[in-house]
Amino acid sequence: MCKSVLQCQHQILCTMEGESFTDINGTPIFLDCQSHSTFCREFTVTSPKVPVTKVIVFTCSIWLLAYAVFLFTEDTVVLTSAILITLVSMMLYVHLVKVEQETLFIIGSLGVQMSSSYASGRETTTFIELNKIKDIVINEAIYMHQIIYYLCVLLKDPSDPDAVSSVVPLFQLFCPPTLERTASTSPYHNIPAYFQVSGLNQRSPLQLTDKSLQPEL
Amino acid sequence: MVLKIFYPQCCNLANSGLLIGSWIQGHNSAVVLAVVHYPFIPGQVKRYIQQVSTASGVKLSVLGSWSLPSEAEKGVENFLRDLRTIFPQDRWLQISRKMGQTGFNCSILDRSQGTILFVHYDQRNVMLSQLHPIQTEELDPSDSELRQVFQIVSLSQPLFLLDRYDDGPLKSTHWQSGGQEASIIVELLKMASVPLCLTISCLLHLLPLNFLCSKLSTCVQLSYRSDHLRALSSPKTAVGHSEFMRKANVLVSILVDMALGFLLMYWLYSDNHISMLANALVPAADHVAKELEELLQWLMGAPAGLKMNRALDEVLGRFFLYHIHLWISYIHLMSPFVETILWYGGLSAGLGLSFALALLSDMVALLTFHIYCFYVYGARLYCLKIYGLSSLWRLFRGKKWNVLRQRVDSCSYDLDQLFIGTLLFTILLFLFPTTALYYLVFTLLRLLVVVLQGILHLTVDLINSLPLFAVALRLTRFYRLAEGVKFSVLCDEPDTPLHLLMEINPLSCASVIKTYRTPTYSCYPKDSWTNLVKKLFVGELIYPWKHKTIKTD
Repeated sequence: MCKSVLQCQHQILCTMEGESFTDINGTPIFLDCQSHSTFCREFTVTSPKVPVTKVIVFTCSIWLLAYAVFLFTEDTVVLTSAILITLVSMMLYVHLVKVEQETLFIIGSLGVQMSSSYASGRETTTFIELNKIKDIVINEAIYMHQIIYYLCVLLKDPSDPDAVSSVVPLFQLFCPPTLERTASTSPYHNIPAYFQVSGLNQRSPLQLTDKSLQPEL
Repeated sequence: MVLKIFYPQCCNLANSGLLIGSWIQGHNSAVVLAVVHYPFIPGQVKRYIQQVSTASGVKLSVLGSWSLPSEAEKGVENFLRDLRTIFPQDRWLQISRKMGQTGFNCSILDRSQGTILFVHYDQRNVMLSQLHPIQTEELDPSDSELRQVFQIVSLSQPLFLLDRYDDGPLKSTHWQSGGQEASIIVELLKMASVPLCLTISCLLHLLPLNFLCSKLSTCVQLSYRSDHLRALSSPKTAVGHSEFMRKANVLVSILVDMALGFLLMYWLYSDNHISMLANALVPAADHVAKELEELLQWLMGAPAGLKMNRALDEVLGRFFLYHIHLWISYIHLMSPFVETILWYGGLSAGLGLSFALALLSDMVALLTFHIYCFYVYGARLYCLKIYGLSSLWRLFRGKKWNVLRQRVDSCSYDLDQLFIGTLLFTILLFLFPTTALYYLVFTLLRLLVVVLQGILHLTVDLINSLPLFAVALRLTRFYRLAEGVKFSVLCDEPDTPLHLLMEINPLSCASVIKTYRTPTYSCYPKDSWTNLVKKLFVGELIYPWKHKTIKTD
């Protein structure tokens, strides 16, 4: 039987409403956390909207190029295709690529829910039940020239209780390049701290905080 | 410890009464299924619960009491607490709600008051939904909590048969308490399907279709479809979700196939299209033969500037030209009958578009039989040459192929053996470009025909295996195929427990197609690309479209 208790560390209060951080590409993102109950918390990461200047620059450059080609070829198909390409690519970008907001919803004794909402309004949600979760850890990865830290969930293998079947990263948007060590500024300290699963695995909960105390690379 | 109570949305505004539901084994949670109202006799309630438990296989019990007091009812709380003595339980939930207040209040008697979490669910959707990956229908205590919730709700169908128009002693509230819904069309179809199934099964028994040849794709498709019809027309109803979906997909695929076939027939038989096609067919075959003749004349000359061996060239070229001449005479002999053949062949589209395509693929194979013959001759000749060359090359170097040890060993040859071997090797080597060129040309032609046939086979496979019913279900009733659930916060007041709403997360379209694909006689090439190229190089005959037997689960 899975006995999971969420221990909330009341000392680490949620002081991060609306605090801004930067992700790996340098764009600013906002983290917000809301606590609905002692065992239920919601963390939201919002990325800023696409600035109008970028959209205008993109469309103008494509259309000027198309017009230049039209001057040479005198074929209106070039212009119509340029318009169609711009429209379709913008729609696809807004619907499939641009993640506006990501939410991590932790419900004690039920599980963890991850949902991303895109700029076109589409929402994808995944819910991972508690009996499938082995642990939530901060993992580090080498991305180009820097090391980024990301939060991920380790899932249990159904056949072998000790093995890890897959690693599911949470927060597509949110991978800070450096992990600050002070509790008040680092976002990644607080998320595992709110979710300390005792009795679920044999490792001590301090494992999570140990990872964060790694020497700075 | 958090106690989770799964509460149906239909009972949010129910009158005060008793909560009927089930405790989930292995987890600290309960599912509320219905609310039984006053007035009731406790003995009748117990009997009713016993009846429904045996009918459904779920261990139902009275979980507690629910109170939504209106102005007329006062002192209901005490009455509800006293009911505990009549229904002795381990834990007794007392859930209450005041009008105008969104949140519920809950207290558990006889246990330490832990935190309580209310998860609201839509009872009808959860009852009809099927969680994927699909597991057995029985309740398994080792299953995850959500799966057990879904199974309990779907197995408790006998509980939802009591509606408010019944004259029985008990009145309850659940999703169907407003009365059962049914559709006249569905009932009529069910009644009509019984004699239809009987006739189809009789017909299939009369026509023995098992001896059909497995080479012609039309016959294979016919036997495949007759298997499906036999499975559909069996008198047993489908047991379990997978079987039901399989049958429904097969039925919809057959109907869509026949509809498309009728469309094709309508197009063919109107406006004299058949005679147009027939009139175009013989000149097309003539044209193909003329092109082949020109090709051979080109090969017999100096193709692409290469110098061929004159004698071998003439022999091969004349041989193939004579073949083409025979073929053309055969086509001309058949030309008055082409229209009738096409007319009767078009009737096969009435059985379905897949049959028409299979017939077309067979006709293409028959009409291009001469290309197949040329390919076989060229390949055999080339293969012989390659093997001869490799063996004589080994002799040239003083080695031999050891059949016992399956390896190359050195060997000392006599002088006359070496002399003849080297002579033959030189002859074969200088004749090699000619044979290779003929082989290359005819292999390319054969591959072209194979690609055309392959496209037709892939289309037939697509029609056979696409689960149209499952896709339509996913688009219209998306809650039936569930990949998981999603939660959102309903009510978060400080004095009341937390209320969450559980909604069904539907399966993605790609997973739907992957899970519910009907297995077909697969005709994908069994060789990988490297193997294919190796075979082509050596000159082995390739059979890219091999029909496998239908995989049975």
